[in-house]
Amino acid sequence: MNLPLSLTINGVRREIALDDPRVTLLDLLRERLDLTGTKKGCDRGQCGACTILVDGRRINSCLALAVSHDGAEITTIEGVGRGGELHPVQAAFIAHDGFQCGFCTPGQIMSGIGLIEEGQAGPDPERVRECMSGNLCRCGAYQGITEAVLEAQADINAGKQRRSA
Amino acid sequence: MMNFDYVRPANVADAITAASEKGASYLASGTNLLDLMKGGVSRPSRLVDVTRLPGLDRIEHLADGSLRIGALVRNADLAHDAEFARNYPAVAEALLSGASAQLRNAATVGGNLMQRTRCAYFYDAGSACNRRWPGAGCDALKGENRLHAVLGWSEGCIATHPSDFCVPLVAFDAIVEIEGKGGRRELPLEALHRLPGDAPEHETALERGDLIVALRLPANAKNFAGHARYIKVRERTSYAFAVVSAAAALRIEDGRIHEARLALGGVAAKPWRSREAEQVLAGAAPDTTVYREAARAALAEAKPSGDNAFKIELAQRIVVRALTLAAAGTPDRIAALPGSPFSSVAGA
Repeated sequence: MNLPLSLTINGVRREIALDDPRVTLLDLLRERLDLTGTKKGCDRGQCGACTILVDGRRINSCLALAVSHDGAEITTIEGVGRGGELHPVQAAFIAHDGFQCGFCTPGQIMSGIGLIEEGQAGPDPERVRECMSGNLCRCGAYQGITEAVLEAQADINAGKQRRSA
Repeated sequence: MMNFDYVRPANVADAITAASEKGASYLASGTNLLDLMKGGVSRPSRLVDVTRLPGLDRIEHLADGSLRIGALVRNADLAHDAEFARNYPAVAEALLSGASAQLRNAATVGGNLMQRTRCAYFYDAGSACNRRWPGAGCDALKGENRLHAVLGWSEGCIATHPSDFCVPLVAFDAIVEIEGKGGRRELPLEALHRLPGDAPEHETALERGDLIVALRLPANAKNFAGHARYIKVRERTSYAFAVVSAAAALRIEDGRIHEARLALGGVAAKPWRSREAEQVLAGAAPDTTVYREAARAALAEAKPSGDNAFKIELAQRIVVRALTLAAAGTPDRIAALPGSPFSSVAGA
């Protein structure tokens, strides 16, 4: 079976010929496109390490069949910085020690970016924790993660206000 | 994962034809199905991808005051629709209490209705399970079963239905619209999921090829908006299935409960509506004494299926808590921890 697939990944359009319909977005990124920033933790939608943005929304890439996402726009951790400049959520994770071993970090950052875009949590730390509950951190860096997301959200929203003023 | 044919039909009629073949399964977002396929629990020979079917991703207000929700509307989009959350706050709270933000962004309304039990023995292909393999027996009966059913179970199966969303939906008499080989038909959601009896493998009333295309909430469901809550006890505060949950909705006029709706989750193989409790509440003054009486009525037929007698007491307490919070009034904004009895919301 040959399944043609067109995806825009981090702004670059890719034409892919899939030979197997079982390939998830996660395995496509990691094993076939050499984009290994997205991590495979549980592979069952329980840990959030594989979080990416599909058409601007955060999802678990381990539970998404690549073939079903023909035409989608995908953003991974490799695509969030601009040149040498970190994304505000990346910078805030460093500033607030939002990680220790770093394995869950790409998923945490993609989830944080998705959370800020969704605009549901606001400045309430409890709502941020709730909206980040799909990302587990075995090192227990949750305090720093919450602070990082809150600070990056405030920076991004302040930037938006400046631009619209 | 067993290999499969992948087909993406252009319309509902083609989808039904493609899914009517033995071994075929519909694929929406796949957040449950792919997990089951990876574990070898589901082994479809063909996946019929319905995610591109036109017209199934809309929320429509019908002329009779009812709301029609397309089967492909994503859980997050429905829960965050401001008008939906205002009119059906307990349903929005139930949606937001389920899974994680990532999963809610992907999971569909139709898929939520069709999700399978989370019984660990159903998920473990090496265990005996009558749902997976009729006649194989049930390893849960003598296994780790503290989270299993206390209502409507049989010796053949003690699994529970995992959905939060479905619990307030059955309380509000939601209707499921189905397209199948014989055309379109409707079914009360309450009749979609089956109790196990002696055929636990027959999980729903759907037949081969049947496709859920929409869900309808009748006009009168909005009448409860001022007093409607969904309360869910989990083994951790977020991102966990219910040990026990309850949707409670009241119409309070002149200091009396005019009409009540009550349904429980995590207690049976289907979302469990309790008309017995609703009858106890109707006409009464809203107070703890009558809530306790309603809770006893809701669990009157309950019996442990294993190491889970505590769930019968817990369910009654959750019913009382949900009714107390509903009577106190729906909060302006959904609690920071949706559905959680630990959320810091007035009236808790």
